[in-house]
Order: sequence, then structure tokens, then C-alpha cells
Amino acid sequence: MKLKSLILSTALAALASGASAESIKVGMITTLSGGGAGLGIDVRDGFMLAIGQSDRTDIEVVIEDDQRKPDVAVQLADKMIQSEKVDVMTGIIWSNLAMAVIPSATAQGKFYLSPNAGPSALAGKACHENYFNVAWQNDNLHEAAGAYASSVGYKNSFILAPNYPAGQDALTGYKRMYEGELAGQIFTKLGQTDYAAEIAQIRASGADSVFFFLPGGMGISFLKQYADSGVDLPVVGPAFSFDQGILQAVGDAALGVINTSQWNKDIDNATNAAFVETFQVEYGRLPSLYASQGFDTANLLISALETAHPDDADAFRAALKAANFDSTRGDFEFGPNHHPIQDIYAREVIKEGDVYTNKIIGVALENRGDAYAADCSF
Amino acid sequence: MLMSTILIIEQILNGLQSGIMLFLMAAGLTLIFGVMGLINLAHGSLYMIGAFAAAAVAGLTGSFVLALIAAMAAAALAGVLVEMLVIRRLYATDHLDQVLATFALILIFSEGTRWAFGSFPLFLDIPDYLSGPVTLPCGIQYPFYRLVLICVGLLVAVGLGLLITQTRLGVQIRAGENDREMIAALGVDISKLYTLVFALGAALAGLAGALVGAIQSVQVGMGEPVLILAFVVIVIGGIGSIKGALIGALLVGLTDTLGGVFLPQLFKLFMEPSAAQTSGSALASMSIYILMGAVLIWRPTGLFGART
Repeated sequence: MKLKSLILSTALAALASGASAESIKVGMITTLSGGGAGLGIDVRDGFMLAIGQSDRTDIEVVIEDDQRKPDVAVQLADKMIQSEKVDVMTGIIWSNLAMAVIPSATAQGKFYLSPNAGPSALAGKACHENYFNVAWQNDNLHEAAGAYASSVGYKNSFILAPNYPAGQDALTGYKRMYEGELAGQIFTKLGQTDYAAEIAQIRASGADSVFFFLPGGMGISFLKQYADSGVDLPVVGPAFSFDQGILQAVGDAALGVINTSQWNKDIDNATNAAFVETFQVEYGRLPSLYASQGFDTANLLISALETAHPDDADAFRAALKAANFDSTRGDFEFGPNHHPIQDIYAREVIKEGDVYTNKIIGVALENRGDAYAADCSF
Repeated sequence: MLMSTILIIEQILNGLQSGIMLFLMAAGLTLIFGVMGLINLAHGSLYMIGAFAAAAVAGLTGSFVLALIAAMAAAALAGVLVEMLVIRRLYATDHLDQVLATFALILIFSEGTRWAFGSFPLFLDIPDYLSGPVTLPCGIQYPFYRLVLICVGLLVAVGLGLLITQTRLGVQIRAGENDREMIAALGVDISKLYTLVFALGAALAGLAGALVGAIQSVQVGMGEPVLILAFVVIVIGGIGSIKGALIGALLVGLTDTLGGVFLPQLFKLFMEPSAAQTSGSALASMSIYILMGAVLIWRPTGLFGART
């Protein structure tokens, strides 16, 4: 585990500026190594870009690598709360790690701003007033895929996802908005790399479309094998299998696939344009939706800090809820359970020159909150 | 869901293909364990190095054949370096020390690869002349590349068999498996033999990594799941036996694939669909270990292992 501590304030600067030197400590636990590292690195880079662009010198970010292991994440969270004494926590990518860390962190009075994982439990029955999700609720992008599938007339979908909380949320979400029949439904093994068996079943099922949620390397493997198999059914999925980091590894196999996302680099507003450009200048690559989520999370935090400090929990909570910041997605608002209410777009994978990327082709779901808000009360 | 003949045949082919790729890993592992008595956990890292080398060379030259050669060369080179620098000190030690040392190698190789290539998966694709489906005699559409994998695997199996049975090196390997001290006493240069065997095993792992990486994802940590399966294979097949590695690998490949597809179907006969799916999948992921257990009860040293 590497300890990466970025200290953005010095006592001298505080003295010189004469401003209040009540610094705020942010604990970021995210996945920086192993197979799923691309997502955590994007979130971290987006987050730190926003911190760097703000004028504040009093935000200290402690970054640790959870290696995608729930037990490591729990230990890191304990360390951050008890010995680093962070005020706000953020960073977790995977829903199983989120479920291991967030309930106890928020119960101990810490604020948690999720830049990615949005398990249904934390949006509904297990919600907490200190927990804010800046990205989406897990089901959202899948609901949008289901809505899109029905809107273009797919009637017999074959759906698959890995067998873990986000995978289960994915298929639940798709089925919620999709109005047709299911030709088949499979839960694959988390981390599975060979999908020949599943593709054979798709071929034999008589489906007219395929929906899958396979983040990271799993999606790369599936798409390459699917493209080579001769099964020519249209594919729909959430952005997680078609994000900027993955597309270059998949290549032509992904072209033409429709995927749903709350963000794309061509959303037309000044904040987004500046974000995409400065991200490329700073990191030498196009940002993905994960990077935009990290960026928005940091900006939400900074906007709340303008009005209140985490020590005054009620005021800080209200400031977070107000979400008075410029989001890369345009207008941003939270629903009653602290999850966003936003448009989810349908995007198509295209090639721009040498680079594979996405282009928005329409809105799949407008002003979507989530299905669990009614179960949440705090 | 249909249980048609076409589906069954396609799944059998899938099982064979995954088995044969597993054989490439298991063959190297069983040779190293059999001849040198060494548990090599870093074998998965050699698989990963092969895949990354292939991705890098394919990206530079556009040639898949060059990429495969580069994969074998890079893995063999890494194997030779590792053998000379680290493994040599481990022959006389406990298996546990070997596990510790080679586990450290896994971590070093993983972070080293991330440092060299970055954290995002690399692009490696099958060449156009190998891509796309072909229509088989029974009217099945099957990916051509997977058929190529099955052929390559079988060729390697035949080649290894010939090497072991017909060449001088093969004689030395078989003798070394039998009695290490004796062949040293008979004048065979043990350390050269060991380096050669290690390099051969590494090259096979690298080849597997490149071939499979082309249809999966080339990323750090891709070798460890395969390594675990390879160990199951060599336990089932018998340590030191190439024939055992082949039969074991095909058994594991077929059990894993067919079990995953048909156990849920079997359960659906007397359970309701979602419970059947869950219990079936759960049993399917245990199936290869149950197979290993069953084989060991019947033949404690594996199917073709040395009879005690």
C-alpha cells in the first residue's frame, strides 16, 4: 500500500494570507492498483484537477489504494478516521467496498461523497444524511439502457452481468424500464475472462438484442469475443463497459454500440469544455465519465466549503445539499436521498481520427432520480 | 433456453479450447515442479509478460506472428533471468520458502509492468486473417480463432511429447524427474538443464498469454486466475507428466465450461428458475475442485503421477 499524501497548505501561506487557517482533510480511498485501477486513477485525477484549479490552499487530500479488496478498504477507512482524523471521505469505486466502508464511516459522523459506487441499499433503506452520491445510483445507467432498448423496439433481450451487488443492480435496473421479454438472463463470475459459453447461449436463445454490464477487463474480453463470434445482435450497455479508458483496448469491436451515461465530453456547457481541455493538457489523455465524477465531487466539496466547515455538521450538510457548483453535466441537483436527479444520455461509440470515443445521440431518461428514494428516511 | 445439439457441441468446443490453453500453462508448471521440485507462483507473471510483449510488438509492427514470437522470447528471457537470479537459490529450500519467494516475484512483476505500461488495459487484437466465424460441418458457426487455438495447443502437445520421448533433452528431463541427484552424479549439467526447462516452461506460458490476451484483456494481474487453474490441472494430471497435464487440462476445461452451462439447466428440472440459476452457478464454480478431490481420492498422486 502506498501512502500518497498531497499537502496543499503550509503554515506560512496561512499566516501570509491572513485568512482562517482551519484546514480541511479529505480521505480518498480508491483503487489504484490491479486490474480495476483505471477507474480509480481517473477519479483521483479528476478530483485533484479540480482541487488544483481552485484558489483554496487549505484542502489536504490523503490518497490511499484499496487494491479493490474490501478488507483493505475497511482498514484504510479506520486509519483515516482514527489516526488521520479526516473530515470528509470519498473515492470508493466498487459497490462491495462501499458497503463495507460507508455505513460505518457515516455512523461515526464523517461525511462521505461518493464519486462512483452507488449501491441501492445506500439510496434506500440504509441511507444516511452524511452520505452524498455525486455520480448516480447504480441502477440509473441500466434503467436508461432499458428505456432506450424499449424506445427503439427491442422485444427479446438477453441480459448478463457479474454476480456482485452492482451486477445485480444492473439487471434489476434494466428490467425496471425495459418493456419487452427476456430471452435469457445470466450472472457471470466476477473477474471471468472467457465468455465463449455465454455467447453460445446468446446465439442459441433467439434474442433480438443483448444488454450487458461488465466493467473493466471483463467487458473488454466479452466485446472482443462477441465481435468475433458471428452473433450479430445489437448491443446496449451502460457506459461502464465503454468508457474512454476501455475503448482503446477494445478497438473496432465496440464501434456502433449504444451505451448510456450521465456525462459525455460533448455535453455543451462552459464547465465541461474547460474540464475536457484542461484534463487533456494535465494528463495527456481524454477524460472518462469517472474523471468527470471525480471532478464534480471535488467541486461540490469546494462549493460547500465556501459556506460551512464540516465541524458544523448541519450547516455543512445543508451546503452540500444545495449543490451550488458548476457541474460538467450542466445543472446539478440532489434528490431527497442525496442522489442526483439528472438526464441520462444515450451515446454511440465512434472513431474520431485514431481515437475511439463516444458521441451523444439522444436523451434516454430525463430528470431521473432513483427507485429507492421513497425507502429512505433520515 | 434451448438445449440443442448445436449448443452442446459449441460448448464442448469451448471447453476444449479453454482446456488446451490451460495445458500450455500447466505443461510448463508441471515440468518445473517435476524436474526441479520447485513451486513456481510467478508462472502467472510470465503469462502476463508474454501478453504485454505481444501487445507492445503488435502495436509497433502490426504483425501478429512477430507478436507471438516476441511473447515467447520475452517470457523465456524473463524466465532465464528469474531462474539465474532468484530460483537458483531456492532448489535446496523448503516448498514454503519457494512459495514466498515466487509470490514476491508476482508482486514485483505486477508493479513493474504497471510502471512500464501504465494502469489501463492494452490493446491486442487477433489479426484479420484469423478473425470471424466459420461454419462447421454440423452447421455450427464457431469463431475461427478459437479453432486455431485448439490446433496450436494440440501441436504444442505433440511437440512436447516428441521432445520428452525422442530427444536427449527429453531423456534428461525424465531422468531428472525420477532422481535428481543421480543424473548430476552421471555428469549431466544440472544447472543448464534447469535453466533450459525453466525457459521452456516460461516460453509456453508467454505463448498462452499472447494467444489468450488477443481475445481477452491484456492487463496487470491477468495471470493469477489462470495460475490457480493450472495448479489444479497439474494436481489432477500428476506432477511431472505432460500427458497428465494435457488430459487434466482438457478435463478441467470441459468440466468448467459444461458445468457452468448445464448444471443450472439440470437444477431447473426440479427447482424454480432463479434458485436453479443461483445454485447451479454456485455448484459450477466448485465443480473443478470437486473433480480434483474425486481424482485424488481415486489416484492420490494424480491420473498419471508417479505411483507410490
